[in-house]
Amino acid sequence: MAALGRVALLLSFALVAYALAAGSFAAYTRRRRLALSAQNALLAAFGTTLVAAGVLLAALARHDFSFVYVASHTSRSLPLGYTLSAFWGGQEGSLLLWLLILSGYSALAVWLNRRSRQLITWVVPVLGGVATFFAFMLCFVSSPFDQAVAPADGAGMVASLQNPYMLAHPPMLYLGYVGLTIPFAFAMGALLSGRTDERWIVATRRWTLAAWTFLGVGQLLGAHWAYVEIGWGGYYAWDPVENAALMPWLAATAFLHSVMIQEKRGMLKVWNMVLVALAFNLSILGTFLTRSGVVNSIHSFSQSSIGGWFLGFIVVCVLFSVAIIYLRLPLLRARTKLESLVSREATFLYNNLLLVALALTILWGVMYPLLTQAVNGETRSVSKPYYDFFLHSFGLPLLLLMGIGPLVAWRRASLRALGKTFVIPAVTALVTGVALIAVGLGSSTPGLLAYTFSAFVLASIVLEFVRGTRATGSLRRLVAKNRRRYGGYVVHASVLLLAIGVAGSSAYQTIRESGLKPGQSMEVAGYTLTYRSLENTQQSNSQTTSATVDVYRGGSHLSTLHPGKSFFPVEQDFGNDVAIYHDPRNLGDVFTIADQFDKNGTLFLKVLVKPLVNLVWAAGFLFVFGSLVALWPDAVEQRRLAERYEPGAAVARG
Amino acid sequence: MALALALGAVLATLVVVFVARPFLREPAPASDRLDEPGAAERLRLELLESRDRALAALKELEFDHRTGKVTDDDYREQLGPLRRRAAETLRALEPRAEARPERIGSGR
Repeated sequence: MAALGRVALLLSFALVAYALAAGSFAAYTRRRRLALSAQNALLAAFGTTLVAAGVLLAALARHDFSFVYVASHTSRSLPLGYTLSAFWGGQEGSLLLWLLILSGYSALAVWLNRRSRQLITWVVPVLGGVATFFAFMLCFVSSPFDQAVAPADGAGMVASLQNPYMLAHPPMLYLGYVGLTIPFAFAMGALLSGRTDERWIVATRRWTLAAWTFLGVGQLLGAHWAYVEIGWGGYYAWDPVENAALMPWLAATAFLHSVMIQEKRGMLKVWNMVLVALAFNLSILGTFLTRSGVVNSIHSFSQSSIGGWFLGFIVVCVLFSVAIIYLRLPLLRARTKLESLVSREATFLYNNLLLVALALTILWGVMYPLLTQAVNGETRSVSKPYYDFFLHSFGLPLLLLMGIGPLVAWRRASLRALGKTFVIPAVTALVTGVALIAVGLGSSTPGLLAYTFSAFVLASIVLEFVRGTRATGSLRRLVAKNRRRYGGYVVHASVLLLAIGVAGSSAYQTIRESGLKPGQSMEVAGYTLTYRSLENTQQSNSQTTSATVDVYRGGSHLSTLHPGKSFFPVEQDFGNDVAIYHDPRNLGDVFTIADQFDKNGTLFLKVLVKPLVNLVWAAGFLFVFGSLVALWPDAVEQRRLAERYEPGAAVARG
Repeated sequence: MALALALGAVLATLVVVFVARPFLREPAPASDRLDEPGAAERLRLELLESRDRALAALKELEFDHRTGKVTDDDYREQLGPLRRRAAETLRALEPRAEARPERIGSGR
């Protein structure tokens, strides 16, 4: 069946290349049937890529080791779920996932906008161009359908990937990365066609929000994977590949805010184009960093030689974006100006500057080792203090702005009005800050500031809902009238939870390590952990040695944990099996790592007590809920937009 | 291998037919030109966007006033210019509502 996979991929390549070439020619020469044919090619490319994906999935499920890809990433003892997840566990498969999602998104975008022919005529070749690169890579550089004589068993999967989070984390990230191609294609399509009205923004609003949500959820899933799998007690390590997903998310966050200024005031048209291009290019850079293995990372299970191709593609994309924005600058001039530096739109602008500054400083941190390697031949890495400094410098003001923005009126706000709206959040923040210092939690300045600002933001969000409900008569009507705004506030609340969780679990965590013999105990931040025994168990794909550890607090038995280590014989690899007690009283964790087992029966146990860490994961649920509220269609708005963009509709109704 | 290639050939045929469909359905159309918005249509769109923006600004001002973000004095000061702007865009749209949007290359 590998031949079918290869044929399907070749067809995909031909189709997307046709969409690029014929679509461009049709848009340039205004040929209707050719433009439709190019659209059909994009639709068909999804079908052929789906066939290719089906072939690979079938090969994985059947353990068909004549596929080099299947033999390299799975083994007979690997459970079915992980075997299928090998689809995105290796380079070739993940490139195929990219193409599958891109062709699926492209087909859906073309189908949904099939009546807006003027809009999508130039969008089709842009989508085709991006897809052509990935299809080319799959056909001629890195094929998942290469074959060889089948070995008796496969090489297996890297131990750290054998985790349930790996079933969802990479696809979520890819849904986000690839999703950013759609707003980019519509933005570039609008520029190519010389149409700089808001049609492209309206068409891509939900695409951007959905891609941003997927990227956010994907990162949180990845953070949870790192937390439970890597076994160091943290969830974000400023790893280059983690940063690779954070950067486009930050750029997309900035875009989601600034695009509202364009919709409401007709301003920031150039800036929005720059942001949408930045988010897309950073998403390609993210894929490059993840897949090329050019940077040292906990994700370095994906070393490869595709870096040069990706680098070339990124250069082409950046040059294309810059050139087209520059050439269309005259069409992007705003006719209105910022009325006041104290206004809602000004706070959005400050938020944008901070978000982009944070994204670019992270980019510099990621690229610095590569640049020093290229220039001096020596690798100088950028470590945690660099990132922490900029996170505090830009992140804390960003947190505060989340609370300030909703309190400030559009256009301009007077000092008297500001005084009235700020008083409750400011007093709440002040009381929180003083209370924290009073109970002895002022030891960490960033932690103290984060909590004080969080109190301000929380009070401001609650006030917004209370005042809005009073003004409209009911909460339901309030949210229904402006789902994007109030969904956005729920997302802000989730960021708040995240900030509280991160500050609590990092600034106020306690770490202890001790060698224990059976029956011995250790004390950590009010918890007592007693080591009881050791046992060995056998799974289909691993052998596990785990300790039994009882957790007590104030004499009460809370839980029995089993931290251990697993050995994966096929892969000849070890994995950490951390054990965690979630304490509902402080929303924190008692995190245990069995660092080492001695021949004498001594267990070297590392324990981290991380207060409030579960708020980080709770934030994920609230984030998804807020995004869904914002994404939910608004019938009134849709009717208004249909009237605006359907030629003749206004006439008919007028 | 042979089955795979046969399936591949079927897939290729289906794809070619689907891509060629616009030409197969209309071998000799009256016009093969893509619709393009004329100057009047572009102006209409611009005015509609301005109208919606002006009306939204009025709503925002009203809401900000009711939720205490805009004082009575600021509200009165901002209301007049915003109303004028909204009225201007509505007036600009009125005469054009009587004429059909100008288009070139009617397509079908």
